[in-house]
Amino acid sequence: MAASVLPTPDKPAAPRAGAGKLGWLVPAIVTGGLVPAVVLAARAARGDLGANPIAEAMNQLGLLALVLLVLSLAATPLQIVTAWKWPIRIRKSLGLLGFFYVCAHFLVYAVVDQSLALRAIVEDITKRPFILVGFAGFVLLLPLAATSTARALKWMGFARWKRLHRLAYVVAILGVVHFVMRVKKDVTEPALYGAVLAGLFLIRIMNWARERGDKRG
Amino acid sequence: PSGSAAARNPFTTDEPRTPYEDVTTYNNYYELGLDKEDPARNAKTLKPRPWTVVFEGEIKKPQRVDIETLLKWFPLEERVYRMRCVETWSMVIPWLGFPLGKLLERLEPTSRAKYVAFSTLMDPEQLPFQLTDVLEWPYREGLRLDEAMHPLTMLAAGLYGKSLPGQNGAPLRLVVPWKYGFKGIKSIVRIALVEKEPQTSWNMAAPREYGFYANVNPDVAHPRWSQAMERRIGDVEKRPTLPFNGYAEEVASLYAGMDLRMSY
Repeated sequence: MAASVLPTPDKPAAPRAGAGKLGWLVPAIVTGGLVPAVVLAARAARGDLGANPIAEAMNQLGLLALVLLVLSLAATPLQIVTAWKWPIRIRKSLGLLGFFYVCAHFLVYAVVDQSLALRAIVEDITKRPFILVGFAGFVLLLPLAATSTARALKWMGFARWKRLHRLAYVVAILGVVHFVMRVKKDVTEPALYGAVLAGLFLIRIMNWARERGDKRG
Repeated sequence: PSGSAAARNPFTTDEPRTPYEDVTTYNNYYELGLDKEDPARNAKTLKPRPWTVVFEGEIKKPQRVDIETLLKWFPLEERVYRMRCVETWSMVIPWLGFPLGKLLERLEPTSRAKYVAFSTLMDPEQLPFQLTDVLEWPYREGLRLDEAMHPLTMLAAGLYGKSLPGQNGAPLRLVVPWKYGFKGIKSIVRIALVEKEPQTSWNMAAPREYGFYANVNPDVAHPRWSQAMERRIGDVEKRPTLPFNGYAEEVASLYAGMDLRMSY
């Protein structure tokens, strides 16, 4: 099939990562994933974030971070269920977009909300489980983002890399817990993300059990 | 001018008022939706007329009164109060209303009356989120009798010189400026004088987080966040929160001898 695509004279169909039939997919996901950030920035610049723009920005950025992290964890289960290959190709982009929004969420908290008052931030993190849980998620994402390159994967070896990147589950759980602890009373929305996450785990566990069964059989 | 003490007027702060737009679009009124913008959007369903308020319990003159009549009992006065939400934001609001104490005097509490219990309208057609179980409805609040009689405590029927919009608790709400905003129960239909400390909605929902007293106190943190600072709506930088929301001179004596870390 790929052979039938006419290569352009100056740009042969090189087997570059991300190129090929769905070469547009990753750039499209990255662009689409950054649109909410641009919209949010534009609304902030227009003074259109409501009466408490800082709280609104933190809420929106946190929600976007959680959605993207959950989506990145949905890639493998989706592949298991559908046998499609493309979800795996966008998994890393979704994860890095999630990391981007986590960073933005944390920066708005530290720089704008707390005016970089280090003592208040340290007190928040050490005294308030709600903030500690969110901060732990942020810290655990750092090694994942740092080892997201092909070079890092090669250097670590796939088995070790994979083991490290299982932390993504922990981060997503911490994200949901952080959300649950943040709401004053109604936990419907965070519970929804928790349910999706649980569903995704279930697919993976069932698949793992089946594979083990296959091996024995 | 004879010194700052004489010039102090706790009933009107000269701090910049929070714009009407913000006061009426950034609200916590869970019966009309959970997000801050929801109440303004959904308030159409709330019909503040006709409206009856019931006065009952330990009073010599129990009665039901139409809101129009009630509002003619006392001259309405404007008071500009700070409002500090338990969520660490604050506003400055020009309320229109009358002191609750004046009303209670008229109802003549009996010697058994120790507390005042308030209830919001219970009607899911007007307050649709009463169909959910976010809180136990109707919303309930309460004050100790001396708090209720304090001259700063008022029942408000308006803000910025106009009648209260639905999202702000039309047609009648409580305003207690030294307490967190959730004590300011909205759309009141019942005021009862009682012997025992009444149940209050947020306290029932999360007793560790929301006490009966709910006095603004920078030294007692909410379990999930510090109460030391607050963001005045419209500001970027936070400012220190004052004990009793800056009304300590007037109200601190009400709590003499009490451990406010326990009675939060």
